[in-house]
Amino acid sequence: MKPPKIQMLLAAGIVLTAAGCGGSEAADDKPGAAGGSAVTISVGCQPPRSNTLERSAWDEDVAAFEKLHPNIKIDSKDAFPCINPDTFQAKLAGGTMEDVFYVYYTDVQKIIAAGQAADITPYVSGVSRLKDLRPDVLNVFKSGEKIYGLPRTNYTTGLVYNRKLFTQAGLNPDAPPKTWAEVHEAAKKIAALGPGHVGFGEYSAGNTGGWHFAASLYGRGGEMVTPDGKAAAFNSPEGKAVLENLKKMRWTDNSMGSKQLLQWEDLMRMMGGGKLGMMIGAPDVVQTVNNDFKGKFEDYGVTALPEAKASLGGGDGYMINPKATPEKIKAAVLWLEFHELTPGRGQFDYERSKRQGRPVGLPIPDLYGDTEPGKEIVKLREANATVPVANFAPFAQGSAAIQNKLEPPKAQELYAILDVPMSAVLTRQDADIDQLLADAEAKANKVLAASS
Amino acid sequence: MSTTTAPASRPRGPGALRSGIRRNLTAYGFLCGALICFAFFSWYPMVQEVLLSFQRTNFVDEPTWVGWANFRTVAEDAAFADAWLNTIAFTGLALVFGYVVPFVAAIVLNELRHAKAYLRFVVYLPVMLPPAVAVLLFKWFYDPGAGLFNQILDLAHLPALSWLDSTDTALISLVIVSTWMNLGTGTLIYLAALQSIPGELYEAAELDGAGLFKRVWHVTIPQTKLILLVMLLLQIVATMQVFIEPYLLTGGGPENATLTVAYLMYQYAFNFGDFGGGGALGLMLMVVLMVFSAFYLRLSRDNQS
Repeated sequence: MKPPKIQMLLAAGIVLTAAGCGGSEAADDKPGAAGGSAVTISVGCQPPRSNTLERSAWDEDVAAFEKLHPNIKIDSKDAFPCINPDTFQAKLAGGTMEDVFYVYYTDVQKIIAAGQAADITPYVSGVSRLKDLRPDVLNVFKSGEKIYGLPRTNYTTGLVYNRKLFTQAGLNPDAPPKTWAEVHEAAKKIAALGPGHVGFGEYSAGNTGGWHFAASLYGRGGEMVTPDGKAAAFNSPEGKAVLENLKKMRWTDNSMGSKQLLQWEDLMRMMGGGKLGMMIGAPDVVQTVNNDFKGKFEDYGVTALPEAKASLGGGDGYMINPKATPEKIKAAVLWLEFHELTPGRGQFDYERSKRQGRPVGLPIPDLYGDTEPGKEIVKLREANATVPVANFAPFAQGSAAIQNKLEPPKAQELYAILDVPMSAVLTRQDADIDQLLADAEAKANKVLAASS
Repeated sequence: MSTTTAPASRPRGPGALRSGIRRNLTAYGFLCGALICFAFFSWYPMVQEVLLSFQRTNFVDEPTWVGWANFRTVAEDAAFADAWLNTIAFTGLALVFGYVVPFVAAIVLNELRHAKAYLRFVVYLPVMLPPAVAVLLFKWFYDPGAGLFNQILDLAHLPALSWLDSTDTALISLVIVSTWMNLGTGTLIYLAALQSIPGELYEAAELDGAGLFKRVWHVTIPQTKLILLVMLLLQIVATMQVFIEPYLLTGGGPENATLTVAYLMYQYAFNFGDFGGGGALGLMLMVVLMVFSAFYLRLSRDNQS
């Protein structure tokens, strides 16, 4: 067999050190280039050429911004996906990381802890809507009182469901489940539609099982770690309830299908294929299913996570290269405010999105909650809606009061550990939940103790 | 490079050395290209990887030396033992299947009188598929619902298996994929070895009344002993680095049943952002593989001499 030589792959990042030439040390970057002096910033996540509509909107925004700030030039860097964990460290090592780089919430605290992002606290005081940002969203990018990035999107977790299958199974798609008992009933009816139909799907491999365990645990009011972050707290009645719930659906109700070890793309594909009834996910799942997995917006709905007390926050944003000069950081903050945080502009230019025929109306992103800019964004979104807004109304209503909760420290390590109990209850009928949680707790405590 | 040895009559000394170098300049030129490529793309990353395993780095600030701390961290990880045991089990199973099956296939192909070229092509075909495609093909074969394998079992009135979804069968399922993907290469190498065996040996054995099994036992195996040994070592070195199968098919599950050292290494480096830990695991694996590589080099040298 010819597997890749991983040890070389690991060191590939280092090779880039020699190949790269310090992306943030450009000639225009001399100290003292403040004020009116020209500055160029490279910005990640320009939509790829294949996405012509979003690409043209981005380029239009760049032109408008450069007109507004003639001394700033935006060097857009496209990529799909916008961030690849496999190349993140290599880009940083090789000096090819953008000045303004894209991140998922999942990675933010890890990046801050590793010192791989610049502290932008002194530079964001001029952002007029900073005070209106949801505190739980801004907290994602904070460590102590310091701010290390700005959000682009934010969502809370809900329950994505297939309205078409609900109808076929004799369920009312306009009255989606509000409790886990109702989820069980609906899942059973959908699974009974015939071979290949799965009532409720769940992840259990590649760290995604642990990730969704955390989402469900938060929903039930549980905690992943103790308040000081030094010990695991998921071996609790809430943690047990998460696993028991899955075990019942998998083995007693037989509503979760026989294929397990599912990872991120698997559930999306099943949703797009029209055989999956329900899954935990945010409205962006519907967008992905529509864009990449041949699903249709009108066939899906999203409601709040059943019985939710809190929700694992999800989303993405931008952080700044720690090697960037103050001038670049100032320019980066101006761009982010313009493109990501202004109602009616950049990503919130819903009039343009409608004109381009892009989907408008999903209740995401929610950066501002019920503040003035938040209301303005919702108003603009409703006025320009192109997707069936009513399908997502249960989510918007039900999630409004649900608190966003941050990922735990050492998130990926804990998710890897929790893949084990998740895969156990979904693949083994005799899985001992108490034992699985106790084992996972012991492993997690070791990881947390080592990092504290 | 036969030109590197000067004839005995040629005068020795610095002048001779210079003229020797001049004569071989073109050869050194060609060699340099390969050496630079190896040095830059193979050896330099490997040296850096060794350094990384003793450092803590964020790729922004200067790395700090942490001695054996990274090794301690990964060794104390509860998944560490699972990963090594699974890797050893995978290697062992891959030897049973991946070592024997191609040898038998080569013997069968060698014995055939008709359709030899066609069958060789058929056997080699899976090697031409990109590994990711081959692996994902098996994902469909293993599907516990509508998968091909369970449909075959159903036709034979046998109970369906969970394949990848059970701790009992997940690892062996990966071995089957790996064996299928690499069957062609092994078979062709064995076939080449078989065809170099003088035909007279078989004729003599046949005259002595040896059947197929006796011919294989008394002629084929002794005559291909060296290549069998070399293939054994190469197989061990290759299978211990198993990554793509667990990465694409099982994500290391269920319950870490398919977590391998290479996959754990990937998790450390890219999921946990701990390149030092990943480097430490890589170095451990490399040391183990170097032992087998040393045996291989020794065998090759013995063969040449």
